[in-house]
Amino acid sequence: MTDNTHIDEHRDDEGAKTGMWIFIFTELLLFGGLFIVYSVYRYLNPMAFHLAAQELDTFIGTVNTVILLVSSMTIAMAITSIQLKNKKLTLILMGVTILLAVVFMVNKYFEWTGKISHGIFPGSEILHQSSQGEILFFGLYYAMTGLHALHIIVGVGFIGYVMWLVKTDDVKHDDYVILENSALYWHLVDLIWIFLFPLFYLIT
Amino acid sequence: MIKTQTQDSTPSFLEYKGRFKGLMGWIFSTDHKRIGLLYLYSMLVFFSIAAILGLMMKLELMAPGKTIMGAQTYNSFFTLHGITMIFLIVVPGLPAVFGNFFLPIMIGAKDVAFPKLNLISWWIYIVGALIALSAQFFGDGPPDTGWTFYAPYSFRTGTNMLPAVTGAFVLGFSSIVTGINFIVTMHRMRAPGMNWMRLPLFPWALYGTSWIQVLATPIVGVTLLMVVLERTLQIGFFDPALGGDPILYQHLFWIYSHPAVYIMILPAMGVISEIIPTFARKTIFGYTAIVISTLAIAFVGYFVWGHHMFTSGMSGVALYTFSILTFLVAIPSAIKIFNWVATLHKASIDMQTPFLWALCFLFVFMIGGLSGMVLGALSANVHLHDTAFVVAHFHYIVFGGTGFAFFAALHYWYPKMFGRMYDKSWANIGLAIFFTGFNTLYLPMFYLGMIGMPRRYYDYVDKFHGPNIISSLGAMFMIVGLIIVITNLVRSARHGVIAEKDPWKGKTLEWTVASPPSLENFEEIPTVTDHPYNYD
Ligand code: HEM
Ligand SMILES: [Cu+2]
Repeated sequence: MTDNTHIDEHRDDEGAKTGMWIFIFTELLLFGGLFIVYSVYRYLNPMAFHLAAQELDTFIGTVNTVILLVSSMTIAMAITSIQLKNKKLTLILMGVTILLAVVFMVNKYFEWTGKISHGIFPGSEILHQSSQGEILFFGLYYAMTGLHALHIIVGVGFIGYVMWLVKTDDVKHDDYVILENSALYWHLVDLIWIFLFPLFYLIT
Repeated sequence: MIKTQTQDSTPSFLEYKGRFKGLMGWIFSTDHKRIGLLYLYSMLVFFSIAAILGLMMKLELMAPGKTIMGAQTYNSFFTLHGITMIFLIVVPGLPAVFGNFFLPIMIGAKDVAFPKLNLISWWIYIVGALIALSAQFFGDGPPDTGWTFYAPYSFRTGTNMLPAVTGAFVLGFSSIVTGINFIVTMHRMRAPGMNWMRLPLFPWALYGTSWIQVLATPIVGVTLLMVVLERTLQIGFFDPALGGDPILYQHLFWIYSHPAVYIMILPAMGVISEIIPTFARKTIFGYTAIVISTLAIAFVGYFVWGHHMFTSGMSGVALYTFSILTFLVAIPSAIKIFNWVATLHKASIDMQTPFLWALCFLFVFMIGGLSGMVLGALSANVHLHDTAFVVAHFHYIVFGGTGFAFFAALHYWYPKMFGRMYDKSWANIGLAIFFTGFNTLYLPMFYLGMIGMPRRYYDYVDKFHGPNIISSLGAMFMIVGLIIVITNLVRSARHGVIAEKDPWKGKTLEWTVASPPSLENFEEIPTVTDHPYNYD
């Protein structure tokens, strides 16, 4: 025995997935805190939230929603194809997922820079002259979609890492729990967006 | 009973030669026992710093006016003291040290479910601690808001808040990761025959604690994140000037921080539930009641956060509800006290150091809990909120409860962890001095709070002088006791007599393995056929 670890032999897929599920709960609660803040302030400033929400582009929001839903599908299909021992298709599907994530981020980039060029960003002159409800709305908008975007980036990193594992055959048809976990994480990112989308774009 | 084999031939985890040598063999080890000790040593360092800060504050309060430090220094001292003690010591404390070391052994496993993640969580802990402490050394002066970071002060103060808040956020991650790890470990890795109702009570307590860690920490995480965004990007979450609501901050903070006080106390109760039957040589009275009350505390603890905000502005209905729920949450704690005392009834008790610590725990914990009831009553709270009474209350619980349990655990499991025994008479002398000092320090503060002395001031009016002198003398006395206790433990790790496998005649699985345990704990995974604490 020359190794000071004795765990590497121990493999427990069920345990790994349980751990991931609990982690996902914590992520939901993290956003839950922001959802609470959102609801409180919306309740206190219904009119201002209504006006501010009209500034957002529902079209881009819808496109991004569709993009994320499709990417959730492709990552789920990647799991099926690794079960079918189709390594090439797995890699393609994962690649598509990452690509869709990048498109999402590009859209987000244009959306944010558009807002910023109109002078709507935390601490800006224009916001300072708006009502307090509008300041809060846009503060929450940047914070929540920003935190969500951060999760997209982490998700892309995670999926990219697993892609590399697939490539080197460390993830195979009989050992793919980490792929499942990355997919779970990606569904979470998708799910949170499903909540953010109506809150900011649809309810006016 | 329990079948295991001894393995005196295999080297213990302390001597084990792994891939790395020396210090590297520790800070990169994924062995749960080494990680437990890593936490222990790190906490010892942080605790010493924070204890010295506490002593200096007490010296400042020796006399009215400026004694050894001014207002700003005092403010930064109680802030650093609070942040360190809460976020670095008592919240991670028992789970990270004794949970890591003993949870796998007590359920008959070779390690936790995710050993690498376990090591990472220690690293996150260290990084978070360093970030938080770095606030002292650069920027615009040490933070001065208190450990609660109340808005709007936390984003208006000119001091260096950012590292402190970020550090607390990072520490939350470490806490979550440990929680997930323990939950999965307990679900997946119990030895054959170790069903839930055969689980010893310390693991049970850790189970409840882990769920609170997982479900409550994200809320404070996101709240601290909001404070960070508020300071850096001026996103108005809690700033009234930007439409935000400072009271909402308090709600979010206490939604985490009240459950967090149960993160602190549940494992302490678990430790006491291990020690009492061992030294009473008797089955614990009402095992099921203790398990249920553990889960009840974890659950009801989520709904009482409002009792920290009785004077902040809430509707009448909310006040009554939070008050009633606060009284309710005391019931499961009281049930445990009855169970422990009933276990001692007609037992043939072996008066050893760990048991004495446990007895002292019962004493101070009851004072702490009962003073909590006083604070939970609405009318009394208006008078006592933000006075020295509150400080006395939570020190009786946090220091008296969790702190005493920590030392009880250390004296109980010490022979197992280090394979040596400490000097018992010095240990008892240290405890006696510590216990006397502790009560001399904090009892007068109840009185001071009742006659109106506010907390978090470096100065006070003359009529508070007398009790403050007593209290400060108590602090010095207590520190002397602490030094004796710790010196004895540190010295004995090298020079103590070699300990037996089961020096206290304990019945749980950790006493069936070698002292100190081998790397793999068990040569062969044991099969459990009976309840823990079976002394018949
Ligand atoms: C019998 C159960 C308990 C009751 C009824 C109770 C009640 C209370 C109340 C009403 C307050 C607020 C006082 C005020 O600020 O006006 C308080 C403060 C506090 N309690 Fe407890 N408590 C109990 C147990 C605990 C436990 C188990 C812990 C920790 C292990 C704890 C730690 C604290 C802390 C740290 C504070 C002060 C927080 C601060 O403002 O800095 N309490 N308690
Ligand atoms: Cu509380």
